[in-house]
Amino acid sequence: MGLAENQLCFDLVQDWILNNPRASICTPEGVDEFRDIAIFQDYHGLPEFRKAVAEFMGQVRGNRVTFDPDRIVMSGGATGAHEMVTFCLADPGEAFLVPVPYYPGFNRDLRWRTGVQLIPVHSESANNFKVTREALEEAYEKAQEENIRVKGLLITNPSNPLGTILDRETLRMIVRFINEKSIHLVCDEIYAATVFNQPPFVSISEIIAEDTDIECHTDLIHIVYSLSEDMGFPGFRVGVVYSYNDAVVNCARKMSSFGLVSSQTQHLIAAMLSDDVFVTRFLAESARRLERRHNGFTRGLAQVRITCLESNAGLFLWMDLHRLLKEQTLDAEMALWKVIINEVKLNVSPGFRFIAPNRAGSAYGSPAV
Amino acid sequence: MGLAENQLCFDLIEDWIRKNPIASICTAEGVKNFKDVAIFQDYHGFSEFRKAIAKFMSKVRGGRVTFDPDRIVMGGGPTGANELVMFCLADPGDAFLVPSPCYPGFVRDLGWRTGAQIVPVHCDTQQFQVTKQALESAYEKAKNDKINVKGLLITNPSNPLGTTLDRETLRNLVSFVNDKNIHLVCDEIYAAAAFDFPSYVSVSEVIEEVENCDKDLIHIVYSLSKDMGLPGFRVGIVYSYNDAVVSCGRKVSSFGLVSSQTQHLLAAMLNDDVFVSNFLSESSKRLKNRHDYFAKGLEEVGINCLKNNAGLFFWMDLRRLLKEQTFDGEMALWRVIVNEAKLNVSPGSSFQCSEPGWFRVTFACS
Repeated sequence: MGLAENQLCFDLVQDWILNNPRASICTPEGVDEFRDIAIFQDYHGLPEFRKAVAEFMGQVRGNRVTFDPDRIVMSGGATGAHEMVTFCLADPGEAFLVPVPYYPGFNRDLRWRTGVQLIPVHSESANNFKVTREALEEAYEKAQEENIRVKGLLITNPSNPLGTILDRETLRMIVRFINEKSIHLVCDEIYAATVFNQPPFVSISEIIAEDTDIECHTDLIHIVYSLSEDMGFPGFRVGVVYSYNDAVVNCARKMSSFGLVSSQTQHLIAAMLSDDVFVTRFLAESARRLERRHNGFTRGLAQVRITCLESNAGLFLWMDLHRLLKEQTLDAEMALWKVIINEVKLNVSPGFRFIAPNRAGSAYGSPAV
Repeated sequence: MGLAENQLCFDLIEDWIRKNPIASICTAEGVKNFKDVAIFQDYHGFSEFRKAIAKFMSKVRGGRVTFDPDRIVMGGGPTGANELVMFCLADPGDAFLVPSPCYPGFVRDLGWRTGAQIVPVHCDTQQFQVTKQALESAYEKAKNDKINVKGLLITNPSNPLGTTLDRETLRNLVSFVNDKNIHLVCDEIYAAAAFDFPSYVSVSEVIEEVENCDKDLIHIVYSLSKDMGLPGFRVGIVYSYNDAVVSCGRKVSSFGLVSSQTQHLLAAMLNDDVFVSNFLSESSKRLKNRHDYFAKGLEEVGINCLKNNAGLFFWMDLRRLLKEQTFDGEMALWRVIVNEAKLNVSPGSSFQCSEPGWFRVTFACS
């Protein structure tokens, strides 16, 4: 219950694998391709892999947009993808704005080797942690005052840890904001296929394709994707950077040499995701099972009077346990967390992990677990 | 003939794969493991994988040394492994001494994102030996230029030379880095491509022989790209004798782990002692046959090569064919070879060779 893993649809995948032995270079049917695949190290990736991933990304978004396979760049999982796009866009000392709460791994993935800083964008539980224009402006201004050069904004949609999606209005506001400031927008959409309920998911790719009333330099737009969460394959390290900026695609492609996807895995994934019938069925069934599991959990939690942020995506629930805190402080949150882990034996993640390491000593947002 | 690929033993691997369907998570026999493998993202890697790699590395060195599986750290191919170890050892601006000629990719792998510099150590172009004098000279020059030298990177067997370092030279290198208290990174990715005498000696065999050797300074970069001919699988390894580097390297490896699907396959394959023994001896035999056949052919047309016992290539001496003894002359000749003779060879200048007229040609393609 600690790691965000999607383990609900392996039966479908295994069934497909048994029915498609040519997708593997290790079956009697597929081994004749072994050597060609094993020697393939071109950082462009297998063309069938890029095509299949582009098609999959389109299907995940209900075929409302299409993706160009030549803009698909591989990387070492979502972890590698985030670091790679940060290396391409920012120099050491420069900063990305990141709405809180956010995935704790960003502190390592975006900052460690790149030397880039993260500037938290404040949010409130009172309005369900919405990303507001005011909060963006406040964070941006604060950076300016401290002489920190903001290079971009990173959003995660659907959100980890909230499990919510950004509505169209918010996305449009964000696109206006980054264009006015002439900063990049990196959209982590690795949970895009985990949207199991209304409201429907809107990808940034749809905004730039359809909302032509908003001025947008597409050179500023980049998507980070992965099969780790949507398909439940974190071990396969399939990370993707999709950029609308040619220079970023070029640079990232060369940089991807440091973390290419294994050609064995590219070959398997290319076959699997090229199977439209399988993909359609997988996406529908995955959403259905996620919704069922989500509802079962929320009902159970409600029975013990634990409420969660209303969510329609992701693999997790954002539980509100603040009435169980001895005091409304981060220390009390830690204390409660230790009780849950050690005595209840449930592996949950405390909210403070998803709040940016702040320098002022005060909490951003409420200490909600 | 341009890319250094080892394509000579795929039949052995394919045969093993057919006989070991459980090694794959996509066969009827192996699919029951699919889920556990697909969700495994621990940056330690599968313990069977690390154990298998450690065993393989030892067998490649004739069983003369053993490797600790807990020191095996994954990297995204040798490209990722070289960068990973550099991130662990050097800060932006720091430098590594690298004997030339060397693999052209080092400029990117070691320096691009790390900010580290390469300081070439120019070796004489008679035998291209890495001498103590050459090292001292490069080290002193760097110091005078106020460059902070953090280590020495050697490739053994050498790309592009195809030669191996003898025991004496290795001992000298280990002594040198100990004297200067700098790191030694040994890229041994062609270790199993040593097919002839003199026998291959790995740095791992020498460190016990050098008195007061600080093992914390010693690190090996390995890969299955060349020795097994599997560059597409992106199996890079950093093996460090330094605990802090192992610890740091493991965390850095998150950015370029080996696919669990591939780890699972190779764990099974490399744990098969009979297969590995047969593979290594057969691979060596075929490389030698191919090498000798090519060498004879080149000799017949009067082309001299540096005498070599390893690697997947020849280091051809075409100095007498240059119109002028300059790098421009070398590029002109290269264009003729590529465009008219239609042979894909690599000019020595791309390997930072200090003298024009040398070219690398590979011989292990299928």
